[in-house]
Amino acid sequence: METAKSSNNFFAGIKDGIPIGLGYLSVSFTFGIMAVNSGLSVWIAVLISMTNLTSAGQFAGIGLISAGASYIEMALAQFVINLRYSLMSLSLTQKTDNSFNILQRLILSFGITDEVFAVASGKAHDISTKYMYGLITVPYLGWAAGTLFGAIAGSILPDSVSSAMNIAIYGMFLAIIIPPAKKARPVLWVTILSVVISLLLHYTPYLNKLSEGFVIIICALTASGFGALFFPVKEAAK
Amino acid sequence: MIMIHILIMAGITYLVRMLPMAIFKKKIESNFIKSFLYYVPFAVLGSMTFPAIFTSTSSLYSAIAGTAVAILLAFKEKSLLTVALSSCFAVYITEWILKSIDLF
Repeated sequence: METAKSSNNFFAGIKDGIPIGLGYLSVSFTFGIMAVNSGLSVWIAVLISMTNLTSAGQFAGIGLISAGASYIEMALAQFVINLRYSLMSLSLTQKTDNSFNILQRLILSFGITDEVFAVASGKAHDISTKYMYGLITVPYLGWAAGTLFGAIAGSILPDSVSSAMNIAIYGMFLAIIIPPAKKARPVLWVTILSVVISLLLHYTPYLNKLSEGFVIIICALTASGFGALFFPVKEAAK
Repeated sequence: MIMIHILIMAGITYLVRMLPMAIFKKKIESNFIKSFLYYVPFAVLGSMTFPAIFTSTSSLYSAIAGTAVAILLAFKEKSLLTVALSSCFAVYITEWILKSIDLF
Protein backbone atom coordinates (compact mmCIF):
# COMPACT_ATOMS: atom_id res chain seq x y z
CA MET A 1 0.00 0.00 0.00
CA GLU A 2 2.81 2.37 0.97
CA THR A 3 4.71 1.76 -2.29
CA ALA A 4 1.58 2.35 -4.33
CA LYS A 5 1.15 5.67 -2.55
CA SER A 6 4.72 6.93 -2.92
CA SER A 7 4.76 6.08 -6.64
CA ASN A 8 1.60 8.15 -7.07
CA ASN A 9 2.62 11.54 -5.65
CA PHE A 10 3.87 14.73 -7.31
CA PHE A 11 7.57 13.85 -7.06
CA ALA A 12 7.08 10.40 -8.54
CA GLY A 13 5.47 12.18 -11.48
CA ILE A 14 8.38 14.64 -11.76
CA LYS A 15 10.83 11.74 -11.78
CA ASP A 16 8.94 9.89 -14.51
CA GLY A 17 8.68 13.11 -16.53
CA ILE A 18 12.42 13.91 -16.65
CA PRO A 19 13.33 11.50 -19.48
CA ILE A 20 10.32 12.73 -21.47
CA GLY A 21 11.35 16.37 -20.92
CA LEU A 22 14.92 15.67 -22.08
CA GLY A 23 13.63 14.01 -25.23
CA TYR A 24 11.35 16.98 -25.88
CA LEU A 25 14.26 19.44 -25.69
CA SER A 26 15.70 18.17 -28.97
CA VAL A 27 12.39 17.91 -30.83
CA SER A 28 11.25 21.37 -29.76
CA PHE A 29 14.73 22.73 -30.54
CA THR A 30 14.11 21.64 -34.14
CA PHE A 31 10.65 23.17 -34.02
CA GLY A 32 12.13 26.48 -32.86
CA ILE A 33 14.64 26.49 -35.74
CA MET A 34 11.98 25.64 -38.32
CA ALA A 35 9.53 28.21 -36.98
CA VAL A 36 12.14 30.97 -37.28
CA ASN A 37 13.22 29.69 -40.72
CA SER A 38 9.62 29.90 -41.89
CA GLY A 39 9.49 33.54 -40.90
CA LEU A 40 7.98 33.51 -37.40
CA SER A 41 9.50 35.45 -34.52
CA VAL A 42 11.16 33.79 -31.52
CA TRP A 43 8.28 34.75 -29.22
CA ILE A 44 5.58 33.49 -31.58
CA ALA A 45 7.43 30.14 -31.74
CA VAL A 46 7.54 29.92 -27.92
CA LEU A 47 3.89 31.00 -27.66
CA ILE A 48 2.85 28.20 -30.05
CA SER A 49 4.78 25.61 -28.01
CA MET A 50 3.35 26.83 -24.69
CA THR A 51 -0.25 26.77 -25.95
CA ASN A 52 -0.18 23.64 -28.15
CA LEU A 53 2.26 21.11 -26.66
CA THR A 54 2.17 18.77 -29.66
CA SER A 55 4.84 17.97 -32.24
CA ALA A 56 3.13 16.94 -35.48
CA GLY A 57 0.35 19.50 -35.05
CA GLN A 58 2.79 22.37 -34.51
CA PHE A 59 5.05 21.42 -37.42
CA ALA A 60 2.01 21.18 -39.70
CA GLY A 61 0.71 24.43 -38.21
CA ILE A 62 3.75 26.55 -39.06
CA GLY A 63 3.75 25.01 -42.55
CA LEU A 64 0.12 26.04 -42.98
CA ILE A 65 0.74 29.53 -41.62
CA SER A 66 3.65 30.16 -44.00
CA ALA A 67 1.60 28.73 -46.90
CA GLY A 68 -1.15 31.25 -46.10
CA ALA A 69 -3.74 28.54 -45.37
CA SER A 70 -7.33 29.38 -44.47
CA TYR A 71 -8.64 29.15 -40.89
CA ILE A 72 -10.93 26.24 -41.85
CA GLU A 73 -8.00 24.35 -43.29
CA MET A 74 -5.97 24.98 -40.15
CA ALA A 75 -8.81 23.80 -37.92
CA LEU A 76 -9.44 20.63 -39.96
CA ALA A 77 -5.73 19.78 -40.19
CA GLN A 78 -5.24 20.23 -36.43
CA PHE A 79 -8.33 18.16 -35.75
CA VAL A 80 -7.23 15.21 -37.90
CA ILE A 81 -3.56 15.32 -36.88
CA ASN A 82 -4.40 15.48 -33.17
CA LEU A 83 -7.37 13.14 -33.22
CA ARG A 84 -5.24 10.41 -31.68
CA TYR A 85 -5.20 12.38 -28.41
CA SER A 86 -8.92 11.73 -28.07
CA LEU A 87 -8.26 8.03 -27.88
CA MET A 88 -5.49 8.50 -25.31
CA SER A 89 -7.60 10.88 -23.27
CA LEU A 90 -10.49 8.44 -23.42
CA SER A 91 -8.28 5.56 -22.42
CA LEU A 92 -6.87 7.52 -19.45
CA THR A 93 -10.39 8.10 -18.07
CA GLN A 94 -10.31 4.38 -17.23
CA LYS A 95 -7.16 4.84 -15.15
CA THR A 96 -7.89 7.93 -13.06
CA ASP A 97 -8.56 7.73 -9.33
CA ASN A 98 -11.31 9.69 -7.54
CA SER A 99 -9.13 12.81 -7.15
CA PHE A 100 -10.06 13.63 -10.76
CA ASN A 101 -13.01 16.01 -10.59
CA ILE A 102 -14.22 18.03 -13.57
CA LEU A 103 -11.82 20.94 -12.93
CA GLN A 104 -8.81 18.61 -12.73
CA ARG A 105 -9.92 16.93 -15.95
CA LEU A 106 -10.17 20.31 -17.71
CA ILE A 107 -6.64 21.25 -16.61
CA LEU A 108 -4.78 17.95 -16.89
CA SER A 109 -6.13 16.93 -20.30
CA PHE A 110 -4.06 19.82 -21.74
CA GLY A 111 -0.88 17.86 -20.94
CA ILE A 112 -1.70 14.56 -22.63
CA THR A 113 0.98 13.80 -25.21
CA ASP A 114 2.03 10.48 -26.77
CA GLU A 115 4.82 9.99 -24.22
CA VAL A 116 2.89 11.24 -21.17
CA PHE A 117 0.08 8.89 -22.14
CA ALA A 118 2.51 6.00 -22.61
CA VAL A 119 4.02 6.47 -19.14
CA ALA A 120 0.71 7.14 -17.33
CA SER A 121 -1.06 4.17 -18.89
CA GLY A 122 1.91 1.95 -18.08
CA LYS A 123 1.49 2.48 -14.30
CA ALA A 124 0.28 -0.59 -12.42
CA HIS A 125 -2.25 1.39 -10.36
CA ASP A 126 -4.81 4.14 -10.96
CA ILE A 127 -3.13 7.53 -11.27
CA SER A 128 -3.75 10.53 -9.01
CA THR A 129 -4.01 14.18 -10.06
CA LYS A 130 -0.81 14.95 -8.09
CA TYR A 131 1.10 12.35 -10.06
CA MET A 132 -0.25 13.75 -13.35
CA TYR A 133 0.76 17.32 -12.43
CA GLY A 134 4.27 16.05 -11.72
CA LEU A 135 4.42 13.98 -14.88
CA ILE A 136 3.41 16.90 -17.11
CA THR A 137 5.63 19.59 -15.52
CA VAL A 138 9.11 18.67 -16.83
CA PRO A 139 7.97 17.79 -20.39
CA TYR A 140 6.06 21.10 -20.57
CA LEU A 141 9.08 23.12 -19.45
CA GLY A 142 11.40 21.12 -21.74
CA TRP A 143 9.10 21.73 -24.69
CA ALA A 144 9.00 25.50 -24.09
CA ALA A 145 12.74 25.85 -23.30
CA GLY A 146 13.81 23.76 -26.33
CA THR A 147 11.66 25.93 -28.59
CA LEU A 148 13.22 29.10 -27.18
CA PHE A 149 16.80 27.81 -27.63
CA GLY A 150 16.04 26.48 -31.12
CA ALA A 151 14.40 29.72 -32.23
CA ILE A 152 17.37 31.76 -30.98
CA ALA A 153 19.85 29.34 -32.56
CA GLY A 154 17.88 29.40 -35.82
CA SER A 155 18.33 33.14 -36.14
CA ILE A 156 22.13 32.98 -35.67
CA LEU A 157 23.16 29.64 -37.23
CA PRO A 158 24.73 29.74 -40.75
CA ASP A 159 22.49 28.67 -43.67
CA SER A 160 24.42 25.44 -44.29
CA VAL A 161 23.67 24.28 -40.74
CA SER A 162 19.99 25.27 -40.67
CA SER A 163 19.46 23.65 -44.08
CA ALA A 164 20.79 20.42 -42.58
CA MET A 165 18.66 20.86 -39.43
CA ASN A 166 15.46 21.14 -41.47
CA ILE A 167 15.52 17.41 -42.21
CA ALA A 168 15.66 16.53 -38.48
CA ILE A 169 11.92 16.42 -37.92
CA TYR A 170 11.39 14.10 -40.87
CA GLY A 171 14.20 11.90 -39.60
CA MET A 172 12.35 11.76 -36.29
CA PHE A 173 9.06 10.92 -38.00
CA LEU A 174 10.80 8.03 -39.79
CA ALA A 175 12.22 6.86 -36.46
CA ILE A 176 8.66 6.83 -35.05
CA ILE A 177 7.00 5.01 -37.97
CA ILE A 178 9.58 2.47 -39.11
CA PRO A 179 10.08 0.30 -35.97
CA PRO A 180 6.31 -0.44 -35.51
CA ALA A 181 5.93 -0.86 -39.30
CA LYS A 182 8.67 -3.50 -39.15
CA LYS A 183 6.81 -5.46 -36.49
CA ALA A 184 3.20 -5.09 -37.67
CA ARG A 185 2.40 -5.56 -41.35
CA PRO A 186 -0.91 -3.61 -41.17
CA VAL A 187 0.99 -0.54 -39.89
CA LEU A 188 3.38 -0.92 -42.83
CA TRP A 189 0.53 -1.12 -45.38
CA VAL A 190 -1.33 1.83 -43.89
CA THR A 191 1.86 3.93 -43.91
CA ILE A 192 2.75 2.95 -47.49
CA LEU A 193 -0.79 3.69 -48.68
CA SER A 194 -0.69 7.10 -47.02
CA VAL A 195 2.70 7.90 -48.61
CA VAL A 196 1.50 6.77 -52.07
CA ILE A 197 -1.63 8.94 -51.85
CA SER A 198 0.48 11.85 -50.65
CA LEU A 199 2.88 11.46 -53.61
CA LEU A 200 -0.07 11.21 -56.04
CA LEU A 201 -1.66 14.36 -54.63
CA HIS A 202 1.63 16.25 -54.83
CA TYR A 203 2.67 15.25 -58.36
CA THR A 204 -0.55 14.70 -60.32
CA PRO A 205 -1.55 17.76 -62.40
CA TYR A 206 -4.60 19.60 -60.96
CA LEU A 207 -4.52 17.51 -57.77
CA ASN A 208 -1.24 19.19 -56.85
CA LYS A 209 -3.22 22.43 -56.43
CA LEU A 210 -4.62 21.01 -53.18
CA SER A 211 -3.17 22.66 -50.11
CA GLU A 212 -0.91 20.86 -47.64
CA GLY A 213 -3.54 20.65 -44.90
CA PHE A 214 -6.10 18.90 -47.08
CA VAL A 215 -3.47 16.51 -48.42
CA ILE A 216 -2.68 15.36 -44.86
CA ILE A 217 -6.40 15.05 -44.05
CA ILE A 218 -7.18 13.02 -47.19
CA CYS A 219 -4.19 10.73 -46.64
CA ALA A 220 -4.99 10.20 -42.95
CA LEU A 221 -8.70 9.51 -43.48
CA THR A 222 -8.18 7.17 -46.45
CA ALA A 223 -5.21 5.19 -45.12
CA SER A 224 -6.56 4.87 -41.55
CA GLY A 225 -10.01 3.93 -42.85
CA PHE A 226 -8.41 1.30 -45.07
CA GLY A 227 -6.48 -0.04 -42.07
CA ALA A 228 -9.55 -0.11 -39.82
CA LEU A 229 -11.61 -1.90 -42.51
CA PHE A 230 -9.10 -4.54 -43.54
CA PHE A 231 -6.91 -4.88 -40.44
CA PRO A 232 -9.09 -4.20 -37.39
CA VAL A 233 -6.99 -4.23 -34.20
CA LYS A 234 -7.87 -6.12 -31.05
CA GLU A 235 -6.02 -3.93 -28.56
CA ALA A 236 -6.10 -0.56 -30.29
CA ALA A 237 -5.78 1.57 -27.17
CA LYS A 238 -2.02 1.79 -27.37
CA MET B 1 -4.02 37.10 -38.44
CA ILE B 2 -1.21 34.93 -37.07
CA MET B 3 -2.74 35.18 -33.59
CA ILE B 4 -6.02 33.79 -34.93
CA HIS B 5 -4.13 30.88 -36.50
CA ILE B 6 -2.42 30.17 -33.17
CA LEU B 7 -5.72 30.47 -31.32
CA ILE B 8 -7.29 27.91 -33.69
CA MET B 9 -4.31 25.55 -33.33
CA ALA B 10 -4.34 25.75 -29.55
CA GLY B 11 -8.13 25.60 -29.28
CA ILE B 12 -8.63 22.55 -31.51
CA THR B 13 -5.67 20.72 -29.99
CA TYR B 14 -7.03 21.35 -26.50
CA LEU B 15 -10.59 20.36 -27.40
CA VAL B 16 -9.61 16.96 -28.86
CA ARG B 17 -7.72 16.21 -25.64
CA MET B 18 -10.20 17.69 -23.21
CA LEU B 19 -13.63 16.66 -24.50
CA PRO B 20 -13.22 12.88 -24.16
CA MET B 21 -11.70 13.29 -20.71
CA ALA B 22 -14.47 15.64 -19.55
CA ILE B 23 -17.40 13.78 -21.11
CA PHE B 24 -16.74 10.06 -21.36
CA LYS B 25 -16.50 7.68 -18.48
CA LYS B 26 -16.86 4.51 -20.54
CA LYS B 27 -14.59 2.97 -23.15
CA ILE B 28 -15.25 3.13 -26.90
CA GLU B 29 -16.88 -0.12 -28.01
CA SER B 30 -16.65 0.32 -31.78
CA ASN B 31 -13.65 -1.64 -32.96
CA PHE B 32 -13.70 0.25 -36.25
CA ILE B 33 -13.19 3.60 -34.51
CA LYS B 34 -10.56 2.16 -32.18
CA SER B 35 -8.67 0.69 -35.14
CA PHE B 36 -9.05 3.90 -37.15
CA LEU B 37 -7.58 5.98 -34.33
CA TYR B 38 -4.77 3.47 -33.89
CA TYR B 39 -3.66 3.95 -37.53
CA VAL B 40 -4.06 7.75 -37.66
CA PRO B 41 -0.57 8.68 -36.37
CA PHE B 42 1.19 6.45 -38.91
CA ALA B 43 -0.89 7.75 -41.81
CA VAL B 44 -0.37 11.36 -40.71
CA LEU B 45 3.38 11.05 -40.21
CA GLY B 46 3.79 9.14 -43.48
CA SER B 47 2.03 11.79 -45.54
CA MET B 48 3.79 14.61 -43.68
CA THR B 49 7.19 13.06 -44.40
CA PHE B 50 6.78 12.23 -48.09
CA PRO B 51 7.43 14.01 -50.36
CA ALA B 52 8.21 16.96 -48.04
CA ILE B 53 11.48 15.39 -46.87
CA PHE B 54 12.93 15.66 -50.40
CA THR B 55 12.53 19.43 -50.49
CA SER B 56 13.45 20.07 -46.86
CA THR B 57 17.13 20.84 -47.59
CA SER B 58 18.87 23.01 -50.20
CA SER B 59 19.47 20.18 -52.69
CA LEU B 60 17.65 17.00 -53.74
CA TYR B 61 20.88 14.99 -53.46
CA SER B 62 21.54 15.96 -49.86
CA ALA B 63 17.89 15.24 -49.03
CA ILE B 64 18.16 11.75 -50.53
CA ALA B 65 21.34 11.12 -48.51
CA GLY B 66 19.62 12.30 -45.32
CA THR B 67 16.53 10.20 -46.03
CA ALA B 68 18.61 7.07 -46.72
CA VAL B 69 20.55 7.48 -43.47
CA ALA B 70 17.34 8.08 -41.50
CA ILE B 71 15.57 5.01 -42.96
CA LEU B 72 18.60 2.79 -42.33
CA LEU B 73 19.04 3.88 -38.69
CA ALA B 74 15.29 3.84 -37.98
CA PHE B 75 15.21 0.31 -39.36
CA LYS B 76 17.95 -0.58 -36.87
CA GLU B 77 15.69 0.98 -34.19
CA LYS B 78 18.11 3.70 -33.09
CA SER B 79 16.70 6.43 -30.84
CA LEU B 80 14.75 9.38 -32.29
CA LEU B 81 17.60 11.74 -31.48
CA THR B 82 20.27 9.52 -33.09
CA VAL B 83 18.23 9.09 -36.27
CA ALA B 84 17.44 12.80 -36.55
CA LEU B 85 20.97 14.07 -35.89
CA SER B 86 22.64 11.48 -38.14
CA SER B 87 20.27 12.45 -40.92
CA CYS B 88 21.22 16.14 -40.45
CA PHE B 89 24.89 15.21 -40.45
CA ALA B 90 24.49 13.26 -43.73
CA VAL B 91 22.82 16.31 -45.30
CA TYR B 92 25.54 18.64 -44.06
CA ILE B 93 28.36 16.42 -45.36
CA THR B 94 26.65 15.88 -48.73
CA GLU B 95 26.10 19.61 -49.25
CA TRP B 96 29.70 20.29 -48.27
CA ILE B 97 30.99 17.73 -50.80
CA LEU B 98 28.65 19.02 -53.55
CA LYS B 99 29.88 22.55 -52.89
CA SER B 100 33.53 21.49 -53.02
CA ILE B 101 33.17 19.71 -56.36
CA ASP B 102 31.09 22.62 -57.64
CA LEU B 103 28.02 20.63 -58.65
CA PHE B 104 25.88 22.38 -56.15
